[in-house]
Amino acid sequence: MEGLLMNEHQNTPTPVENPQAETQRKVGWGRILAWGALLALLAVLALGLRRTQEGPVQVGDAAPEFTLTTFDGEQINLRDLRGKVVVVNFWASWCKPCEQEAADLEAAWRYYQPRGDVLFLGVNYVDTEPEARAYMQKFDITYPNGADLGTRISQAYRIRGVPETYVIDQEGVLRYAQIGPYSSLAQIQSQVDALLTTSP
Amino acid sequence: MRGLSLKHVLILLLAVVLVGLWASQAHAQEPTPIPVTDDQVNAIAKQLYCPVCENVPLDVCGTQACAQWRALIREQLSKGWTEEQIKQYFAEQYGARVLAEPPRQGLNWLVYIVPPVALLLGAYLLFRGLQNWRRLAQEETVALAEAESAEEDKYLKQLEEELKRRGD
Repeated sequence: MEGLLMNEHQNTPTPVENPQAETQRKVGWGRILAWGALLALLAVLALGLRRTQEGPVQVGDAAPEFTLTTFDGEQINLRDLRGKVVVVNFWASWCKPCEQEAADLEAAWRYYQPRGDVLFLGVNYVDTEPEARAYMQKFDITYPNGADLGTRISQAYRIRGVPETYVIDQEGVLRYAQIGPYSSLAQIQSQVDALLTTSP
Repeated sequence: MRGLSLKHVLILLLAVVLVGLWASQAHAQEPTPIPVTDDQVNAIAKQLYCPVCENVPLDVCGTQACAQWRALIREQLSKGWTEEQIKQYFAEQYGARVLAEPPRQGLNWLVYIVPPVALLLGAYLLFRGLQNWRRLAQEETVALAEAESAEEDKYLKQLEEELKRRGD
C-alpha cells in the first residue's frame, strides 16, 4: 500500500502524493514541452528558409493570382482575365535595363491591343509614384500600370529583380518567364503569338 | 433704374471685397512647407531598408531607388508628417519587411520572444549544470574521504591489535 494512507476515522484509503514521482512527472512534461517548442521553431525556420531558397515561379505552374490597382485607380484581377493572354511586366523607374525594353513592350501592346485577347500589365516595383509616372510619360506607356502595394505581387512571383516579365496563357498558366529585359519586339511577339496560335 | 444700378454696383463691390477676403484667408491657410534637415531625414531613413539593397539601411544606401525614398521622406516631413506616419506609409506601400524593427504581430513575435527565452533557458541550464557538477564533486570528495578513513581505520586497528598481542 505504498503511497496510500489509511484514514483512521473513515477507514478509507487516502492518496498521498509521492513528491519524487510528482517532480519526475513535471520534469517529463517540461521536457516534452521544451522539445515541442524547439521542433516548432525549427519547422518555422525551415519553412522560411525553403521559401527564400525557392526560385521564380515555374513555367507550367498556375500563375499566382493578384489584384493590381492601377495609377488611374482601376482594379484589375488576374482571375477575371481568363481567356486572354496576359503579359505581366515588373519594372521600376530607377531600373536602367527596364528602359531598354520599355519601347518594345509599348509597341507590342499597341500591336495586340485591337485584337482584345491580349493584355499587358505593368507592375511598378519598389518605386515612388511621381518618378513612376514620369517614366511612363517618357516612354509613352499606355497599357495599365500600377504600384506593387506591399510588394505582394512581386513576392507571389518571387522575382529576383527588375525587369522580369511573365506571360500567362488563356487558362491562367504561366508559359514564359523572361528574366531580364527583352532584346526586341520580335521576341515579345514570338512568345505571345505562340500562345495565340495554340488557343482553343 | 439709376438707383437700382447703384445698388447692383454696391452689391458687386461688396461681393468682390468678400471674395478677396476669403481668398486671402484661404491662401493664408495653405500649409507652408516645413524646412527639413538631412539629419531629420536620416533619423527616419536609418529605420528603413529598401528591398532592392538588402541589409543596407536607407540612410547609407547609395542607389537611385534609395535616393528617391529619402526624397519622399523629406517631402513627407515638410508636409508635417510624423515619424510613425511615414514608417506606416512605407510599410503599407512596400511591405513590413522595409522596417528595421518588425511590427509586433503574428510570427514576428518570435523575433522578440525566442532570443530572451533562449538566453534565460541557457542561463538556467548552465546554473543547473554547475549546481550538479558542484554536488557531484562534493559527493566524490566525501566518498573519497570516507574510503580513506575506512582504510586508515583498518590499518590502525591491525596495528593496535599487533601491539596488544606483543604487549601480552
